[in-house]
Amino acid sequence: MTSANEDLQPAPTTDHAGASKSKAPAAVQLPTRESAAAIKRRDRLLTILVPICVIAFLIAFWQIMVTVNETPHYILPGPDLVVKSLISDWHILLPALWVTTKITIASLALALIGGGGMAILLVQSRWIEVALYPITVILQVTPIIAIAPLILIYAPTTQSALLICAFVVAFFPILSNMVQGLKSVDHNLLNLFELYGASRWQTLIYLKLPASLPYFMTGLRIGGGLALIAAVVAEFAAGSAGAGSGLAFRLLESQFRLNISRLFAALFLLASLGVLIFALTSFISWWTLHRWHESSLKREN
Amino acid sequence: MIRFARTCAGRPSPDAELSMVTAEPGSTALSTARSTPSSRPLVAMDAVSKVFSNGTLALSGMSMTVRPGEFISLLGPSGCGKSTALRIIAGLGGISEGSIDWPSFRINARGLPDGDISFVFQEPTLMPWQTVFGNVYLPLRLKGLSKKAAADKIYAALESVGLEDFADAYPRELSGGMKMRVSIARALVTEPKLLLMDEPFAALDEITRQKLNDDVLALWKATGITVIFVTHSVYESAYLANRIVVMKARPGRVHADFPLHTSLERDVRYRTSEEYRQACADVSAKLSEAMGGEEH
Repeated sequence: MTSANEDLQPAPTTDHAGASKSKAPAAVQLPTRESAAAIKRRDRLLTILVPICVIAFLIAFWQIMVTVNETPHYILPGPDLVVKSLISDWHILLPALWVTTKITIASLALALIGGGGMAILLVQSRWIEVALYPITVILQVTPIIAIAPLILIYAPTTQSALLICAFVVAFFPILSNMVQGLKSVDHNLLNLFELYGASRWQTLIYLKLPASLPYFMTGLRIGGGLALIAAVVAEFAAGSAGAGSGLAFRLLESQFRLNISRLFAALFLLASLGVLIFALTSFISWWTLHRWHESSLKREN
Repeated sequence: MIRFARTCAGRPSPDAELSMVTAEPGSTALSTARSTPSSRPLVAMDAVSKVFSNGTLALSGMSMTVRPGEFISLLGPSGCGKSTALRIIAGLGGISEGSIDWPSFRINARGLPDGDISFVFQEPTLMPWQTVFGNVYLPLRLKGLSKKAAADKIYAALESVGLEDFADAYPRELSGGMKMRVSIARALVTEPKLLLMDEPFAALDEITRQKLNDDVLALWKATGITVIFVTHSVYESAYLANRIVVMKARPGRVHADFPLHTSLERDVRYRTSEEYRQACADVSAKLSEAMGGEEH
Protein backbone atom coordinates (compact mmCIF):
# COMPACT_ATOMS: atom_id res chain seq x y z
CA MET A 1 0.00 0.00 0.00
CA THR A 2 2.72 2.41 1.05
CA SER A 3 4.87 1.66 -1.92
CA ALA A 4 1.94 2.10 -4.27
CA ASN A 5 1.29 5.53 -2.78
CA GLU A 6 4.89 6.51 -3.22
CA ASP A 7 4.82 5.42 -6.84
CA LEU A 8 2.06 7.85 -7.57
CA GLN A 9 3.73 10.86 -6.05
CA PRO A 10 5.96 12.80 -8.42
CA ALA A 11 9.55 12.07 -7.68
CA PRO A 12 11.41 15.13 -6.42
CA THR A 13 13.66 16.09 -9.29
CA THR A 14 15.59 19.24 -8.52
CA ASP A 15 16.25 21.49 -5.55
CA HIS A 16 14.53 19.22 -3.06
CA ALA A 17 15.58 21.19 0.00
CA GLY A 18 14.43 24.48 -1.46
CA ALA A 19 11.08 23.08 -2.52
CA SER A 20 10.34 21.63 0.89
CA LYS A 21 11.16 24.94 2.52
CA SER A 22 9.27 27.41 0.41
CA LYS A 23 6.49 25.68 -1.47
CA ALA A 24 6.20 22.46 0.43
CA PRO A 25 2.37 22.24 0.36
CA ALA A 26 2.23 22.73 -3.42
CA ALA A 27 5.07 20.37 -4.18
CA VAL A 28 3.42 17.30 -2.65
CA GLN A 29 0.50 16.05 -4.70
CA LEU A 30 -1.57 13.71 -2.61
CA PRO A 31 -3.42 11.02 -4.54
CA THR A 32 -7.04 11.92 -5.07
CA ARG A 33 -9.85 9.90 -3.60
CA GLU A 34 -10.51 8.05 -6.89
CA SER A 35 -6.92 7.12 -7.49
CA ALA A 36 -6.58 5.91 -3.89
CA ALA A 37 -9.56 3.61 -4.43
CA ALA A 38 -8.09 2.44 -7.73
CA ILE A 39 -4.80 1.64 -6.03
CA LYS A 40 -6.66 -0.28 -3.38
CA ARG A 41 -8.51 -2.31 -6.04
CA ARG A 42 -5.34 -3.01 -7.98
CA ASP A 43 -3.65 -4.00 -4.75
CA ARG A 44 -6.40 -6.48 -3.93
CA LEU A 45 -6.39 -7.91 -7.45
CA LEU A 46 -2.62 -8.41 -7.30
CA THR A 47 -2.82 -10.22 -3.93
CA ILE A 48 -5.07 -12.78 -5.62
CA LEU A 49 -3.36 -12.91 -9.02
CA VAL A 50 0.26 -13.24 -7.89
CA PRO A 51 -0.16 -16.51 -5.93
CA ILE A 52 -2.33 -17.95 -8.72
CA CYS A 53 0.38 -17.16 -11.26
CA VAL A 54 3.06 -18.77 -9.10
CA ILE A 55 0.98 -21.95 -8.70
CA ALA A 56 0.17 -22.04 -12.43
CA PHE A 57 3.85 -21.66 -13.21
CA LEU A 58 4.78 -24.53 -10.88
CA ILE A 59 2.15 -26.81 -12.41
CA ALA A 60 3.35 -25.95 -15.91
CA PHE A 61 6.94 -26.61 -14.86
CA TRP A 62 5.84 -29.99 -13.40
CA GLN A 63 4.06 -30.93 -16.63
CA ILE A 64 7.04 -29.94 -18.78
CA MET A 65 9.56 -31.81 -16.64
CA VAL A 66 7.45 -34.97 -16.67
CA THR A 67 6.95 -34.79 -20.45
CA VAL A 68 10.56 -33.95 -21.29
CA ASN A 69 12.08 -36.58 -18.98
CA GLU A 70 9.42 -39.16 -19.85
CA THR A 71 8.99 -39.98 -16.16
CA PRO A 72 6.92 -43.16 -15.74
CA HIS A 73 3.47 -42.39 -14.34
CA TYR A 74 3.89 -44.89 -11.46
CA ILE A 75 6.71 -42.71 -10.14
CA LEU A 76 5.50 -39.22 -10.93
CA PRO A 77 2.38 -38.65 -12.98
CA GLY A 78 1.88 -35.32 -14.69
CA PRO A 79 -0.81 -32.90 -13.55
CA ASP A 80 -2.97 -34.04 -16.47
CA LEU A 81 -3.07 -37.60 -15.12
CA VAL A 82 -3.82 -36.33 -11.61
CA VAL A 83 -6.81 -34.37 -12.93
CA LYS A 84 -7.93 -37.39 -14.96
CA SER A 85 -7.71 -39.58 -11.86
CA LEU A 86 -9.54 -36.97 -9.81
CA ILE A 87 -12.45 -37.21 -12.26
CA SER A 88 -12.45 -40.95 -12.93
CA ASP A 89 -11.97 -41.95 -9.24
CA TRP A 90 -14.42 -39.36 -7.98
CA HIS A 91 -16.84 -42.09 -6.82
CA ILE A 92 -14.08 -43.45 -4.51
CA LEU A 93 -12.54 -40.16 -3.44
CA LEU A 94 -15.72 -38.21 -2.70
CA PRO A 95 -17.04 -40.60 0.01
CA ALA A 96 -13.54 -40.72 1.49
CA LEU A 97 -13.35 -36.92 1.52
CA TRP A 98 -16.74 -36.81 3.20
CA VAL A 99 -15.60 -39.25 5.93
CA THR A 100 -12.45 -37.24 6.66
CA THR A 101 -14.40 -33.99 6.68
CA LYS A 102 -16.97 -35.40 9.07
CA ILE A 103 -14.32 -36.64 11.51
CA THR A 104 -12.44 -33.35 11.37
CA ILE A 105 -15.50 -31.15 11.87
CA ALA A 106 -16.98 -33.37 14.59
CA SER A 107 -13.71 -33.58 16.52
CA LEU A 108 -13.19 -29.83 16.20
CA ALA A 109 -16.70 -29.18 17.48
CA LEU A 110 -16.13 -31.51 20.42
CA ALA A 111 -12.78 -29.87 21.12
CA LEU A 112 -14.39 -26.41 21.07
CA ILE A 113 -17.07 -27.44 23.54
CA GLY A 114 -14.70 -29.53 25.65
CA GLY A 115 -11.79 -27.10 25.56
CA GLY A 116 -13.96 -24.05 26.21
CA GLY A 117 -15.91 -25.76 28.98
CA MET A 118 -12.79 -27.16 30.59
CA ALA A 119 -11.13 -23.72 30.49
CA ILE A 120 -14.12 -22.16 32.26
CA LEU A 121 -13.94 -24.92 34.87
CA LEU A 122 -10.19 -24.51 35.34
CA VAL A 123 -10.32 -20.78 36.06
CA GLN A 124 -13.08 -21.15 38.64
CA SER A 125 -10.67 -22.23 41.35
CA ARG A 126 -6.95 -22.55 41.67
CA TRP A 127 -7.32 -26.07 43.07
CA ILE A 128 -9.28 -27.34 40.11
CA GLU A 129 -6.54 -25.97 37.89
CA VAL A 130 -3.78 -27.54 40.01
CA ALA A 131 -5.60 -30.89 39.89
CA LEU A 132 -6.51 -31.05 36.21
CA TYR A 133 -4.06 -28.98 34.21
CA PRO A 134 -1.15 -31.46 34.37
CA ILE A 135 -3.36 -34.20 32.94
CA THR A 136 -4.27 -32.09 29.96
CA VAL A 137 -0.59 -31.29 29.41
CA ILE A 138 0.32 -35.00 29.53
CA LEU A 139 -2.40 -35.73 27.00
CA GLN A 140 -1.07 -33.00 24.76
CA VAL A 141 2.66 -33.82 24.84
CA THR A 142 2.22 -37.54 24.22
CA PRO A 143 2.42 -38.05 20.44
CA ILE A 144 -0.99 -39.00 19.14
CA ILE A 145 0.43 -41.77 16.95
CA ALA A 146 1.66 -43.46 20.14
CA ILE A 147 -1.75 -43.44 21.83
CA ALA A 148 -3.67 -44.31 18.67
CA PRO A 149 -3.21 -48.13 18.97
CA LEU A 150 -4.62 -48.03 22.52
CA ILE A 151 -7.56 -45.89 21.49
CA LEU A 152 -8.20 -48.31 18.62
CA ILE A 153 -8.39 -51.19 21.09
CA TYR A 154 -10.72 -49.45 23.55
CA ALA A 155 -12.99 -47.51 21.22
CA PRO A 156 -16.13 -49.36 20.09
CA THR A 157 -15.71 -48.52 16.39
CA THR A 158 -12.86 -47.33 14.21
CA GLN A 159 -14.76 -44.15 13.43
CA SER A 160 -15.09 -43.28 17.11
CA ALA A 161 -11.38 -44.05 17.61
CA LEU A 162 -10.47 -41.61 14.85
CA LEU A 163 -12.78 -39.06 16.38
CA ILE A 164 -11.15 -39.43 19.81
CA CYS A 165 -7.65 -39.09 18.33
CA ALA A 166 -8.50 -35.92 16.44
CA PHE A 167 -10.31 -34.54 19.48
CA VAL A 168 -7.33 -35.08 21.81
CA VAL A 169 -5.06 -33.15 19.47
CA ALA A 170 -7.41 -30.24 18.75
CA PHE A 171 -8.50 -29.94 22.36
CA PHE A 172 -5.33 -28.58 23.92
CA PRO A 173 -4.67 -25.42 21.88
CA ILE A 174 -8.27 -24.39 22.41
CA LEU A 175 -8.05 -25.09 26.13
CA SER A 176 -4.75 -23.32 26.72
CA ASN A 177 -5.72 -20.28 24.67
CA MET A 178 -9.08 -20.03 26.40
CA VAL A 179 -7.51 -20.30 29.87
CA GLN A 180 -5.06 -17.57 28.91
CA GLY A 181 -7.95 -15.41 27.66
CA LEU A 182 -10.10 -15.91 30.74
CA LYS A 183 -7.16 -14.95 32.91
CA SER A 184 -6.18 -11.81 31.01
CA VAL A 185 -9.32 -9.83 31.75
CA ASP A 186 -8.66 -6.14 32.52
CA HIS A 187 -8.43 -5.83 36.31
CA ASN A 188 -10.18 -2.48 36.35
CA LEU A 189 -13.13 -4.03 34.55
CA LEU A 190 -13.20 -6.80 37.15
CA ASN A 191 -13.24 -4.10 39.86
CA LEU A 192 -16.05 -2.36 38.06
CA PHE A 193 -18.13 -5.55 37.93
CA GLU A 194 -17.46 -6.11 41.64
CA LEU A 195 -18.49 -2.53 42.41
CA TYR A 196 -21.80 -3.00 40.61
CA GLY A 197 -22.40 -6.22 42.52
CA ALA A 198 -22.17 -8.53 39.50
CA SER A 199 -22.65 -12.21 40.23
CA ARG A 200 -20.06 -14.80 39.22
CA TRP A 201 -22.31 -15.84 36.37
CA GLN A 202 -22.79 -12.26 35.11
CA THR A 203 -19.04 -11.63 35.27
CA LEU A 204 -18.48 -14.76 33.19
CA ILE A 205 -21.13 -13.99 30.57
CA TYR A 206 -20.69 -10.25 30.19
CA LEU A 207 -16.99 -9.87 30.87
CA LYS A 208 -14.80 -12.95 30.85
CA LEU A 209 -16.22 -14.75 27.83
CA PRO A 210 -16.27 -11.73 25.49
CA ALA A 211 -12.82 -10.66 26.71
CA SER A 212 -11.39 -14.09 25.93
CA LEU A 213 -13.01 -14.29 22.49
CA PRO A 214 -9.82 -13.25 20.62
CA TYR A 215 -7.89 -15.98 22.43
CA PHE A 216 -10.62 -18.51 21.71
CA MET A 217 -10.45 -17.60 18.02
CA THR A 218 -6.69 -18.20 17.98
CA GLY A 219 -7.38 -21.61 19.53
CA LEU A 220 -10.02 -22.28 16.88
CA ARG A 221 -7.64 -21.49 14.01
CA ILE A 222 -4.87 -23.67 15.42
CA GLY A 223 -7.29 -26.41 16.48
CA GLY A 224 -8.96 -26.54 13.05
CA GLY A 225 -5.66 -27.28 11.31
CA LEU A 226 -4.59 -29.78 13.95
CA ALA A 227 -7.90 -31.66 13.85
CA LEU A 228 -7.39 -32.46 10.16
CA ILE A 229 -3.77 -33.52 10.71
CA ALA A 230 -4.81 -35.73 13.63
CA ALA A 231 -7.69 -37.26 11.66
CA VAL A 232 -5.24 -38.27 8.91
CA VAL A 233 -2.54 -39.53 11.29
CA ALA A 234 -5.09 -41.54 13.26
CA GLU A 235 -6.39 -43.16 10.10
CA PHE A 236 -2.86 -44.07 9.06
CA ALA A 237 -2.49 -45.80 12.42
CA ALA A 238 -5.87 -47.46 12.21
CA GLY A 239 -5.39 -48.60 8.61
CA SER A 240 -9.10 -49.29 8.33
CA ALA A 241 -10.35 -50.44 4.97
CA GLY A 242 -13.75 -50.69 3.40
CA ALA A 243 -16.61 -48.41 2.66
CA GLY A 244 -16.19 -46.19 5.71
CA SER A 245 -12.57 -45.27 5.08
CA GLY A 246 -11.33 -41.74 4.75
CA LEU A 247 -8.84 -40.02 2.46
CA ALA A 248 -5.84 -41.14 4.49
CA PHE A 249 -6.62 -44.80 3.84
CA ARG A 250 -7.22 -44.12 0.13
CA LEU A 251 -3.81 -42.47 0.11
CA LEU A 252 -2.11 -45.55 1.59
CA GLU A 253 -4.08 -47.85 -0.67
CA SER A 254 -3.03 -45.91 -3.77
CA GLN A 255 0.58 -46.15 -2.66
CA PHE A 256 0.36 -49.95 -2.30
CA ARG A 257 -1.18 -50.24 -5.76
CA LEU A 258 1.32 -47.83 -7.29
CA ASN A 259 -1.63 -45.72 -8.39
CA ILE A 260 0.34 -42.55 -7.82
CA SER A 261 -2.00 -40.30 -9.75
CA ARG A 262 -4.84 -41.22 -7.42
CA LEU A 263 -2.50 -40.63 -4.47
CA PHE A 264 -1.87 -37.14 -5.78
CA ALA A 265 -5.60 -36.63 -6.29
CA ALA A 266 -6.28 -37.65 -2.68
CA LEU A 267 -3.46 -35.39 -1.52
CA PHE A 268 -4.96 -32.51 -3.48
CA LEU A 269 -8.34 -33.06 -1.82
CA LEU A 270 -6.73 -33.17 1.64
CA ALA A 271 -4.86 -29.94 0.99
CA SER A 272 -8.04 -28.32 -0.32
CA LEU A 273 -9.90 -29.40 2.81
CA GLY A 274 -7.13 -27.94 4.96
CA VAL A 275 -7.25 -24.64 3.07
CA LEU A 276 -11.03 -24.55 3.37
CA ILE A 277 -10.91 -25.13 7.13
CA PHE A 278 -8.25 -22.45 7.50
CA ALA A 279 -10.28 -19.99 5.42
CA LEU A 280 -13.45 -20.77 7.32
CA THR A 281 -11.92 -20.43 10.81
CA SER A 282 -10.11 -17.25 9.75
CA PHE A 283 -13.36 -15.83 8.44
CA ILE A 284 -15.25 -16.71 11.65
CA SER A 285 -12.48 -15.09 13.64
CA TRP A 286 -12.53 -11.95 11.50
CA TRP A 287 -16.31 -11.77 11.51
CA THR A 288 -16.62 -11.94 15.30
CA LEU A 289 -13.74 -9.58 16.05
CA HIS A 290 -13.53 -7.08 13.20
CA ARG A 291 -15.71 -4.47 14.81
CA TRP A 292 -13.65 -4.08 17.93
CA HIS A 293 -10.45 -6.07 18.23
CA GLU A 294 -7.04 -4.67 17.30
CA SER A 295 -5.97 -7.84 15.48
CA SER A 296 -8.75 -7.42 12.91
CA LEU A 297 -8.30 -3.71 12.33
CA LYS A 298 -6.39 -2.06 9.55
CA ARG A 299 -3.77 0.35 10.73
CA GLU A 300 -4.67 3.89 9.78
CA ASN A 301 -1.78 6.21 9.21
CA MET B 1 -8.94 -7.21 63.56
CA ILE B 2 -11.52 -6.44 60.92
CA ARG B 3 -14.54 -4.49 61.94
CA PHE B 4 -17.27 -3.18 59.70
CA ALA B 5 -19.86 -0.98 61.35
CA ARG B 6 -23.27 -1.65 59.81
CA THR B 7 -26.20 0.64 60.37
CA CYS B 8 -29.24 -1.15 59.11
CA ALA B 9 -31.67 1.13 60.95
CA GLY B 10 -30.20 4.12 59.17
CA ARG B 11 -31.30 2.98 55.73
CA PRO B 12 -33.77 5.23 53.97
CA SER B 13 -37.22 3.81 53.38
CA PRO B 14 -38.05 2.55 49.87
CA ASP B 15 -40.33 5.57 49.37
CA ALA B 16 -37.57 8.00 50.16
CA GLU B 17 -35.33 6.09 47.75
CA LEU B 18 -37.89 6.44 45.00
CA SER B 19 -38.27 10.15 45.45
CA MET B 20 -34.51 10.57 45.24
CA VAL B 21 -34.36 8.66 41.99
CA THR B 22 -37.20 10.46 40.31
CA ALA B 23 -36.14 13.90 41.52
CA GLU B 24 -35.22 16.36 38.79
CA PRO B 25 -31.60 17.49 38.69
CA GLY B 26 -31.05 20.25 41.22
CA SER B 27 -34.53 19.79 42.64
CA THR B 28 -35.43 20.49 46.24
CA ALA B 29 -34.83 16.99 47.56
CA LEU B 30 -31.16 17.19 46.68
CA SER B 31 -30.54 20.86 47.30
CA THR B 32 -31.94 20.63 50.80
CA ALA B 33 -29.58 17.77 51.42
CA ARG B 34 -26.74 20.02 50.44
CA SER B 35 -27.83 23.05 52.42
CA THR B 36 -28.45 21.24 55.70
CA PRO B 37 -25.13 20.90 57.47
CA SER B 38 -26.55 18.48 60.04
CA SER B 39 -27.71 15.90 57.46
CA ARG B 40 -26.37 12.39 57.81
CA PRO B 41 -22.92 11.79 56.33
CA LEU B 42 -22.53 9.58 53.29
CA VAL B 43 -19.31 7.95 54.41
CA ALA B 44 -17.75 7.80 57.85
CA MET B 45 -14.20 6.44 57.96
CA ASP B 46 -12.83 6.05 61.45
CA ALA B 47 -9.16 5.27 62.10
CA VAL B 48 -8.99 2.98 59.09
CA SER B 49 -5.76 1.09 58.48
CA LYS B 50 -4.99 -1.12 55.54
CA VAL B 51 -2.14 -3.59 55.28
CA PHE B 52 -1.53 -5.18 51.88
CA SER B 53 -0.86 -8.89 51.64
CA ASN B 54 2.84 -8.16 51.05
CA GLY B 55 3.02 -6.41 54.44
CA THR B 56 3.00 -2.80 53.20
CA LEU B 57 1.08 -0.46 55.47
CA ALA B 58 -0.91 1.51 52.90
CA LEU B 59 -3.16 3.48 55.26
CA SER B 60 -2.70 4.16 58.94
CA GLY B 61 -5.48 5.54 61.11
CA MET B 62 -7.24 7.49 58.40
CA SER B 63 -10.43 9.25 59.46
CA MET B 64 -12.68 11.21 57.14
CA THR B 65 -16.36 12.06 57.00
CA VAL B 66 -18.03 12.73 53.67
CA ARG B 67 -21.14 14.92 53.77
CA PRO B 68 -23.76 15.25 51.04
CA GLY B 69 -23.06 17.76 48.30
CA GLU B 70 -19.36 18.08 48.93
CA PHE B 71 -16.75 18.17 46.21
CA ILE B 72 -13.74 16.72 47.95
CA SER B 73 -10.33 16.68 46.37
CA LEU B 74 -8.03 14.00 47.74
CA LEU B 75 -4.55 15.32 47.12
CA GLY B 76 -1.14 13.92 47.90
CA PRO B 77 2.18 12.64 46.62
CA SER B 78 2.18 9.38 44.70
CA GLY B 79 2.08 6.30 46.87
CA CYS B 80 0.29 8.07 49.72
CA GLY B 81 -2.69 5.73 49.58
CA LYS B 82 -5.15 8.05 47.81
CA SER B 83 -6.37 5.32 45.52
CA THR B 84 -6.46 2.79 48.33
CA ALA B 85 -8.61 5.15 50.39
CA LEU B 86 -10.94 5.65 47.44
CA ARG B 87 -11.26 1.91 46.88
CA ILE B 88 -12.11 1.41 50.56
CA ILE B 89 -14.77 4.12 50.34
CA ALA B 90 -16.20 2.29 47.31
CA GLY B 91 -16.31 -0.94 49.30
CA LEU B 92 -13.67 -2.57 47.09
CA GLY B 93 -11.16 -4.43 49.22
CA GLY B 94 -11.42 -4.88 52.97
CA ILE B 95 -9.79 -2.92 55.75
CA SER B 96 -7.31 -4.18 58.34
CA GLU B 97 -8.29 -1.96 61.27
CA GLY B 98 -10.81 0.72 62.17
CA SER B 99 -14.29 1.01 60.76
CA ILE B 100 -16.08 2.39 57.75
CA ASP B 101 -19.77 3.03 57.51
CA TRP B 102 -22.13 4.28 54.82
CA PRO B 103 -25.04 5.67 56.91
CA SER B 104 -27.10 7.00 53.97
CA PHE B 105 -26.66 4.18 51.49
CA ARG B 106 -28.41 0.93 50.74
CA ILE B 107 -26.30 -1.90 52.11
CA ASN B 108 -26.16 -5.34 50.53
CA ALA B 109 -25.87 -8.77 52.14
CA ARG B 110 -22.09 -8.49 52.37
CA GLY B 111 -22.41 -5.24 54.36
CA LEU B 112 -21.17 -3.13 51.47
CA PRO B 113 -22.86 -0.21 49.70
CA ASP B 114 -25.16 -1.35 46.95
CA GLY B 115 -25.65 0.83 43.90
CA ASP B 116 -25.26 4.31 45.39
CA ILE B 117 -21.58 4.69 44.57
CA SER B 118 -20.00 5.01 41.16
CA PHE B 119 -16.35 4.85 40.27
CA VAL B 120 -14.43 6.48 37.44
CA PHE B 121 -10.98 4.97 37.02
CA GLN B 122 -7.84 6.59 35.68
CA GLU B 123 -8.32 4.61 32.47
CA PRO B 124 -11.69 4.77 30.70
CA THR B 125 -12.03 1.01 31.42
CA LEU B 126 -14.51 0.39 28.64
CA MET B 127 -15.39 -2.98 27.18
CA PRO B 128 -14.00 -2.82 23.63
CA TRP B 129 -16.53 -5.35 22.31
CA GLN B 130 -19.48 -3.19 23.35
CA THR B 131 -20.71 0.01 21.75
CA VAL B 132 -20.90 3.23 23.75
CA PHE B 133 -24.53 2.35 24.44
CA GLY B 134 -23.59 -1.14 25.62
CA ASN B 135 -20.91 0.20 27.91
CA VAL B 136 -23.23 2.70 29.57
CA TYR B 137 -25.92 0.00 29.77
CA LEU B 138 -23.63 -2.28 31.81
CA PRO B 139 -24.49 -1.15 35.38
CA LEU B 140 -28.22 -1.33 34.60
CA ARG B 141 -27.84 -4.65 32.79
CA LEU B 142 -26.16 -6.10 35.89
CA LYS B 143 -29.17 -4.92 37.89
CA GLY B 144 -31.40 -6.90 35.53
CA LEU B 145 -32.94 -4.02 33.56
CA SER B 146 -33.92 -4.77 29.98
CA LYS B 147 -32.39 -2.74 27.18
CA LYS B 148 -35.75 -1.11 26.51
CA ALA B 149 -36.31 -0.10 30.12
CA ALA B 150 -32.78 1.25 30.39
CA ALA B 151 -32.68 3.15 27.08
CA ASP B 152 -34.06 6.45 28.42
CA LYS B 153 -31.59 6.54 31.29
CA ILE B 154 -28.73 5.62 29.00
CA TYR B 155 -29.53 8.40 26.53
CA ALA B 156 -29.98 10.87 29.40
CA ALA B 157 -26.55 9.92 30.77
CA LEU B 158 -24.98 10.19 27.31
CA GLU B 159 -26.61 13.56 26.80
CA SER B 160 -25.23 14.84 30.09
CA VAL B 161 -21.70 14.23 28.76
CA GLY B 162 -22.53 15.37 25.21
CA LEU B 163 -22.20 11.99 23.53
CA GLU B 164 -25.80 11.27 22.54
CA ASP B 165 -24.77 11.04 18.87
CA PHE B 166 -22.14 8.39 19.55
CA ALA B 167 -24.31 5.66 21.09
CA ASP B 168 -23.48 3.18 18.32
CA ALA B 169 -19.75 3.88 18.14
CA TYR B 170 -17.19 1.44 19.44
CA PRO B 171 -14.61 2.67 21.99
CA ARG B 172 -11.76 2.35 19.49
CA GLU B 173 -13.45 4.99 17.33
CA LEU B 174 -13.38 7.59 20.11
CA SER B 175 -10.68 9.97 21.29
CA GLY B 176 -9.21 9.71 24.79
CA GLY B 177 -11.41 12.49 26.12
CA MET B 178 -14.54 10.97 24.60
CA LYS B 179 -13.75 7.57 26.11
CA MET B 180 -13.46 9.27 29.49
CA ARG B 181 -16.86 10.88 28.92
CA VAL B 182 -18.35 7.46 28.23
CA SER B 183 -16.81 6.28 31.47
CA ILE B 184 -18.44 9.21 33.29
CA ALA B 185 -21.79 8.54 31.59
CA ARG B 186 -21.58 4.94 32.75
CA ALA B 187 -20.92 6.17 36.30
CA LEU B 188 -23.90 8.54 36.17
CA VAL B 189 -26.43 6.16 34.63
CA THR B 190 -27.26 4.54 37.98
CA GLU B 191 -27.98 8.00 39.44
CA PRO B 192 -25.47 7.50 42.24
CA LYS B 193 -25.22 9.70 45.33
CA LEU B 194 -21.46 9.50 45.50
CA LEU B 195 -19.10 9.70 42.55
CA LEU B 196 -15.53 8.56 43.11
CA MET B 197 -12.95 9.63 40.55
CA ASP B 198 -9.43 8.23 40.68
CA GLU B 199 -7.17 10.66 38.78
CA PRO B 200 -9.67 10.44 35.93
CA PHE B 201 -8.05 12.90 33.55
CA ALA B 202 -4.38 12.34 34.35
CA ALA B 203 -3.72 10.68 31.00
CA LEU B 204 -5.38 13.41 28.93
CA ASP B 205 -3.95 16.53 27.38
CA GLU B 206 -4.31 19.86 29.19
CA ILE B 207 -7.05 21.29 26.94
CA THR B 208 -9.24 18.20 27.13
CA ARG B 209 -8.63 17.97 30.83
CA GLN B 210 -9.79 21.56 31.47
CA LYS B 211 -12.89 20.98 29.40
CA LEU B 212 -13.72 17.82 31.31
CA ASN B 213 -13.06 19.55 34.63
CA ASP B 214 -15.63 22.19 33.69
CA ASP B 215 -18.05 19.46 32.65
CA VAL B 216 -17.65 17.63 35.94
CA LEU B 217 -18.24 20.89 37.83
CA ALA B 218 -21.37 21.54 35.77
CA LEU B 219 -22.66 18.03 36.49
CA TRP B 220 -21.95 18.48 40.18
CA LYS B 221 -23.90 21.75 40.22
CA ALA B 222 -26.79 20.36 38.20
CA THR B 223 -27.30 17.09 40.02
CA GLY B 224 -26.12 17.80 43.55
CA ILE B 225 -24.06 14.64 43.48
CA THR B 226 -21.22 14.28 45.99
CA VAL B 227 -17.79 13.88 44.42
CA ILE B 228 -14.47 12.64 45.73
CA PHE B 229 -11.80 13.43 43.21
CA VAL B 230 -8.33 11.97 43.62
CA THR B 231 -5.62 13.99 41.95
CA HIS B 232 -1.96 14.89 42.29
CA SER B 233 -2.49 18.27 40.68
CA VAL B 234 -2.69 21.28 43.00
CA TYR B 235 -4.25 23.36 40.23
CA GLU B 236 -6.93 20.83 39.49
CA SER B 237 -7.91 20.44 43.14
CA ALA B 238 -7.96 24.19 43.79
CA TYR B 239 -10.15 24.69 40.73
CA LEU B 240 -12.68 21.96 41.45
CA ALA B 241 -13.04 21.23 45.11
CA ASN B 242 -14.87 22.94 47.94
CA ARG B 243 -12.98 20.79 50.40
CA ILE B 244 -9.40 19.66 50.17
CA VAL B 245 -7.97 16.64 51.94
CA VAL B 246 -4.18 16.50 51.74
CA MET B 247 -2.63 13.12 52.44
CA LYS B 248 0.80 12.16 53.65
CA ALA B 249 2.69 9.10 52.48
CA ARG B 250 4.30 6.09 54.18
CA PRO B 251 1.99 5.26 55.81
CA GLY B 252 -0.97 7.00 54.15
CA ARG B 253 -2.88 9.31 56.46
CA VAL B 254 -4.69 12.65 56.43
CA HIS B 255 -2.33 15.60 56.82
CA ALA B 256 -4.74 18.48 56.33
CA ASP B 257 -8.47 18.75 55.74
CA PHE B 258 -9.90 22.18 55.00
CA PRO B 259 -12.75 23.83 53.09
CA LEU B 260 -12.09 25.96 50.05
CA HIS B 261 -14.77 28.57 49.57
CA THR B 262 -14.66 31.11 46.80
CA SER B 263 -16.76 34.15 46.06
CA LEU B 264 -16.43 33.63 42.30
CA GLU B 265 -18.13 31.12 40.01
CA ARG B 266 -15.62 28.48 39.07
CA ASP B 267 -15.09 29.23 35.38
CA VAL B 268 -12.54 30.86 33.08
CA ARG B 269 -12.53 34.05 35.13
CA TYR B 270 -11.87 32.15 38.32
CA ARG B 271 -8.91 30.44 36.63
CA THR B 272 -7.17 33.79 36.17
CA SER B 273 -8.30 35.42 39.41
CA GLU B 274 -6.20 36.42 42.38
CA GLU B 275 -8.46 34.25 44.54
CA TYR B 276 -7.55 31.13 42.53
CA ARG B 277 -3.86 32.01 42.71
CA GLN B 278 -4.16 32.33 46.48
CA ALA B 279 -6.04 29.03 46.73
CA CYS B 280 -3.33 27.30 44.71
CA ALA B 281 -0.69 28.79 46.97
CA ASP B 282 -2.49 27.61 50.11
CA VAL B 283 -3.03 24.09 48.79
CA SER B 284 0.52 23.96 47.52
CA ALA B 285 1.86 24.98 50.94
CA LYS B 286 -0.10 22.21 52.64
CA LEU B 287 1.12 19.71 50.08
CA SER B 288 4.78 20.69 50.58
CA GLU B 289 4.26 20.33 54.33
CA ALA B 290 2.89 16.85 53.74
CA MET B 291 5.78 15.95 51.49
CA GLY B 292 8.41 17.62 53.67
CA GLY B 293 7.45 15.56 56.69
CA GLU B 294 8.16 12.46 54.70
CA GLU B 295 11.86 13.20 54.36
CA HIS B 296 12.60 13.54 58.08
